[in-house]
Amino acid sequence: MASGLQLSRDQLLQAYRQMRLIRDFEETVHEEFSAGAIPGFVHLYAGEEACGVGVCTHLDERDAIASTHRGHGHCIAKGCDIDGMMHEIFGRRAGLCGGKGGSMHIADLSKGMLGANGIVGGGPPLICGAALTAKTLKTGGVAVAFVGDGGSNQGTTLESYNLAKVWNLPAIFVVEDNGYAESTGTKYSVGGSQVQRGQGFGLPAVEVDGSDFFAVYEVAGEAVERARGGGGPTLIHARLLRYYGHFEGDATTYRGPGEVASYKAAKDPLMQFRNRVIEASLLKPDEFDAVDGEVKQTVARTLTQAKAAPMPTEADLLTDVYNRY
Amino acid sequence: MPTEELTYREAIVAALREEMQRDPTTLIMGEDIGASGGPFKTCLGLYEEFGPARVRDTPIAETGFVGAALGLALTGFRPIVEIMFSDFLGVCFDQIVNGIAKHRFMSGGRVKVPLVIRSIGGGGLRFGAQHSQTGESWMLSVPGLKIVCASAPDVAYTMLKAAIRDDNPVLVIEHKALLSTKGDVAIGTEPDGALSGPKILRTGSDATIVASLAMVPRALAAADLLSAGGIEAEVIDIRVLRPMDTRPICKSVRKTHRLVTVEEQAQVGGWGAEVAAQVVHEAFDYLDAPPARVCLPDYPLPYSPVLEDAALPSPEAIAAAVRALM
Repeated sequence: MASGLQLSRDQLLQAYRQMRLIRDFEETVHEEFSAGAIPGFVHLYAGEEACGVGVCTHLDERDAIASTHRGHGHCIAKGCDIDGMMHEIFGRRAGLCGGKGGSMHIADLSKGMLGANGIVGGGPPLICGAALTAKTLKTGGVAVAFVGDGGSNQGTTLESYNLAKVWNLPAIFVVEDNGYAESTGTKYSVGGSQVQRGQGFGLPAVEVDGSDFFAVYEVAGEAVERARGGGGPTLIHARLLRYYGHFEGDATTYRGPGEVASYKAAKDPLMQFRNRVIEASLLKPDEFDAVDGEVKQTVARTLTQAKAAPMPTEADLLTDVYNRY
Repeated sequence: MPTEELTYREAIVAALREEMQRDPTTLIMGEDIGASGGPFKTCLGLYEEFGPARVRDTPIAETGFVGAALGLALTGFRPIVEIMFSDFLGVCFDQIVNGIAKHRFMSGGRVKVPLVIRSIGGGGLRFGAQHSQTGESWMLSVPGLKIVCASAPDVAYTMLKAAIRDDNPVLVIEHKALLSTKGDVAIGTEPDGALSGPKILRTGSDATIVASLAMVPRALAAADLLSAGGIEAEVIDIRVLRPMDTRPICKSVRKTHRLVTVEEQAQVGGWGAEVAAQVVHEAFDYLDAPPARVCLPDYPLPYSPVLEDAALPSPEAIAAAVRALM
């Protein structure tokens, strides 16, 4: 069993850097959205960092992921360029999708990121296709679908469990259960259990504390190893909490009093990571502080560049629908 | 090029076989298309030739496998999916209109989606309301899709080959009442440019009839009836619904001064309305009568043979619509 505490110092620092990058990126987007600088609809991944990074630390260029409407963290964890992401969120021409996708549609095939998706449950079928490609071409690649507890109720997700099983695909389904499908609690909206759903389709399925990088890293490692070895798909049910609303501007009246504050104090993913690694004497506090400072500067620079960057031109509207059309 | 008489069904199989031989990144998926050759035998022999990895049976889960086709297309394959009945396009509608059609645009043109959806539709076989629709106009307003309709063996052959080579998602609508019809097919024809739009099948000077799918042979039969009475109709197979090119239709109407569209679906929201609007806009001064549309009544297709026959536009009904404009 791959324990995250056996990662090298560089790997540990890189995992922490990714989590910190996601946190700072999202907090920056939150502030900018609140200030009215970002148009439209954004959904933030802050609080869920350990899940995306814990899974994607096992992935490489052979592997593909499909994300959700809450996709920034998955993009960063899979290696998407944060300059391109920030430009995209600001609707700039130099965005990863030329400003045509926006927060909910960031895709970068060069990084194996098939796309965030504005359709809840839209990603799992794509992952079956990407996994089928990996299996057919024998690349050794795996494909990971992130889906929320809301998306877990879509037929697309359940059909994908079945497809992945009957075709024995190198696919992994990560149900990121943050307790709320938009504003509707999982107790109301999810019948049965996620693990039993997976098992019902014949998938090995496991529940994990999604706030704990090392726990996620461990179960994802088993799933990736199984998939690469031809052992088929796995379901991972990660329990976690998002720190912001379903979307920016959501008043979150459905939350209990102090819900986020008490979770942060007890289980913040970055805090947990830092404490565990320092306790194990693998890294020193000042090494974390250095990463924090470096990431802060990186995100600030990205923000400044994106805000100053040119918008698309009107002529850009009428391109990119068809190939050679 | 050698010309061979093939059935519509054989023309589909020939196009699939040739393109799958030509390009190892093609594969086909669908329900019962493997060893059993497809519910309409439109994949007959492919499983034996290409094996289970490239001729892949799916669970009955259109949403799942059509979405999987998008994942395949994004990662280097050129998937073809068969939708057993066009009616089931409704099951996977979201994957097509929100995923497949938009992925390229949403990525700012950085990805391509070379994907074919073959969908077998149409009435006349007494299959009732959920197994008889063509679905041809359901996705007419979806940018990013191409939509083609095969009215005869040669059209099915060349258009399917062109669709498979196209770097865009193409919905190919086939008609199950045409599966056993025969026609000459120029085997080995390069399909370049085959998705180019309307084709004049019969010239005439008195009216222009534009039809799709199984309405094309009925329009031709109507032209025979009209000709016996001294009216010469020009018959056009629209072939490509999206992107729609109405220029050949407008040119024809400038000559004939009358337009009748014939489609096997309800009138409201059908492609005939778009053709009529464009003809009115582009050739208004040439029209001697308002454009007419021959369609299904605004009801689902019924089961009983008497009722279904009454619903489907007959050659006599098409001819009557033309005569009413004279």
